[in-house]
Amino acid sequence: MKIHEYQAKQILASYGVPTLRNTVVTTADEAEAAARDLGGGLVVVKAQVHAGGRGKGGGVKLAHSPEEARQVADEILGMQLVTHQTGPEGVLVRMVMVEEGCKIARELYAGIALDRAQGMPVLMACAEGGVEIEEIAARDPDAIKKAAFDPDRGLRPFQATALAFELGLEGNTVRKAAAMFVALAKAYVEKDASLAEINPMVITEDGDVIALDAKIDFDDNGLYRNKDVAAMADASEEDPLEARAKALDLAYIALDGEVGCMVNGAGLAMSTMDVIQVHGGSPANFLDVGGGATLEKVTEAFRIILEDPKVKAILVNIFGGIMRCDVIAEGVVAAARDLGLSVPLVVRLEGTNVEQGRKILAESGIALTVASDMTDAAKKVVAAAKGN
Amino acid sequence: MSILVNKDSKILVQGLTGATGSFHAKQCAEYGTQIVAGVTPGKGGITHNGVPVFNTVADAVEATGANVSLIFVPPPFAADAVMECAAAAVPLAVCITEGIPAIDEVRIRLVLEGSATRMIGPNCPGIITPGECKVGIMPGYIHKPGRVGVVSRSGTLTYEAVWQLSERGIGQSTCIGIGGDPVIGTNFVDALGLFLADDDTDAVVMIGEIGGSAEEEAAAFYTASGSKKPIAGFVAGATAPPGKRMGHAGAIIAGGKGTADEKKKAFRAAGIGVAESPADMGVTMARMMVEAGLIDASAVDT
Repeated sequence: MKIHEYQAKQILASYGVPTLRNTVVTTADEAEAAARDLGGGLVVVKAQVHAGGRGKGGGVKLAHSPEEARQVADEILGMQLVTHQTGPEGVLVRMVMVEEGCKIARELYAGIALDRAQGMPVLMACAEGGVEIEEIAARDPDAIKKAAFDPDRGLRPFQATALAFELGLEGNTVRKAAAMFVALAKAYVEKDASLAEINPMVITEDGDVIALDAKIDFDDNGLYRNKDVAAMADASEEDPLEARAKALDLAYIALDGEVGCMVNGAGLAMSTMDVIQVHGGSPANFLDVGGGATLEKVTEAFRIILEDPKVKAILVNIFGGIMRCDVIAEGVVAAARDLGLSVPLVVRLEGTNVEQGRKILAESGIALTVASDMTDAAKKVVAAAKGN
Repeated sequence: MSILVNKDSKILVQGLTGATGSFHAKQCAEYGTQIVAGVTPGKGGITHNGVPVFNTVADAVEATGANVSLIFVPPPFAADAVMECAAAAVPLAVCITEGIPAIDEVRIRLVLEGSATRMIGPNCPGIITPGECKVGIMPGYIHKPGRVGVVSRSGTLTYEAVWQLSERGIGQSTCIGIGGDPVIGTNFVDALGLFLADDDTDAVVMIGEIGGSAEEEAAAFYTASGSKKPIAGFVAGATAPPGKRMGHAGAIIAGGKGTADEKKKAFRAAGIGVAESPADMGVTMARMMVEAGLIDASAVDT
């Protein structure tokens, strides 16, 4: 799950990470008032959207007066912000953060992610801030200093201090930067984050160390024990069909193609997309109905696919393990009856209770094509989507 | 022979009395697996579907000699359930549970390190030695005893591969679903090491997916091993968009890394045969086995 920058800063601030004073607003009037409340001097107006790369897309602007803050907020609010993470259509900016300015002496990077090869969370720090860590990793991997840590012991102060020295920090800023690293690690573990970044982490001309920008992504599996985080979800940032699927605990991702897919199991769902492409089609979605889906869930999953206007044909590909083929068949029949089947449907069933499943489909009277294996299914559905 | 489980394995089921645990323990027993105990704290002393239930793993092991635990405990308690296996020195813990927080999986890993316990999973279908022992949720009837090892990050895709093999008359020695999460107990390298050392496994099907670098590490391991056992591979997610979690917590292309293309490239460089379509996993393995003189050419034409 993703959250906005202002929310990430709230979380980090609660762990003692210094941030600048800011206000989140939705109108230009409010932006002007917020700039005035912050002292009337230099402020930064920043679009609050989940995508990264906001600055390059014109979503972050300086304002030297409250009047200018109003003007730039007016430009940013309501714009379709296009960044390298949004796709060409961009995302609508609904709110901006007005934050006080500061005098930057140095920009650094600090971030934590799970190192899968090591099976440990790793704090990465770099003397170069404000650029994406992937870019630095590709260009100069040795510039990234790393420290792995045990979640229950946390990042030890000596590890944090050593990192600060490795970045070339001196004097008081060593202690302040190390404290920020330790706090970031604590937040990462306690909030079940999957990525926590302070980028840039700045050292001001006064020697303060501040989180100038912050980003936290969360492990969805940890949300059950972080209700405060779960409450920060912003449905307006998500694809509406994806949001609905999520509420039903279905793994659904909207794609650009024309073949709707309903599959059980993530690996089979991914490879169903792949096999559609091998045979000249393009998947409209990834949908894993999961291992133990109920009749209601299958019905709703099918409904989501049917409501996608891009879908020209549907492929149901099930290999029943826990998931029983008869439950899938009943769900498909119920949804098709309920919604009316407007596009061709190809079904491939195999596995647990396959005979009952096939029988339910055959006796339903619904117009569908039965496929014998994945290749057959892909060929048939791609042909159907092309109107053949 | 086989790896990790066989007809002599004695299984205890953590979470036996829950709906999922009940259902699958019964299916395993019907397959011929020895289900010797259940563990549900507070229900020790009862018998559930003919299986004695204990309060702790240690009690169950002492009373029954169980040497494998099959875990169906919900995500908030699953990490503790695996750690209990380590404390009781159960050699193998097979954790089916999906939805365990990644940070808890790190905690499990740290506890298991240096312990007597190997974990398979979590978020996996389990392990089966066809005709002998089924410890998991896979449909038993699609399997056929034989000499091909199967290892996979995905559940249903494993069934697909097994089905394609069995349809061609190619049986399996052992099939392991290692799980789709970012931190798992047994990875490709571990499983491959066991299969390459197993005298009764002639060839291996390895099914990867996008995310992480486990496939690349397995390819490097295979090259370094010098083994001549043929391996057929598939990588799911060639069409997956970057930055999106494809169902499995671990199936995500992050920062441009972990793409299907990179993994297939690593497979090819190591001499692992790559099936381009998931429908071709079985035939790819069959062709390689024919070439190695392991099976008759008729398995390719089916």
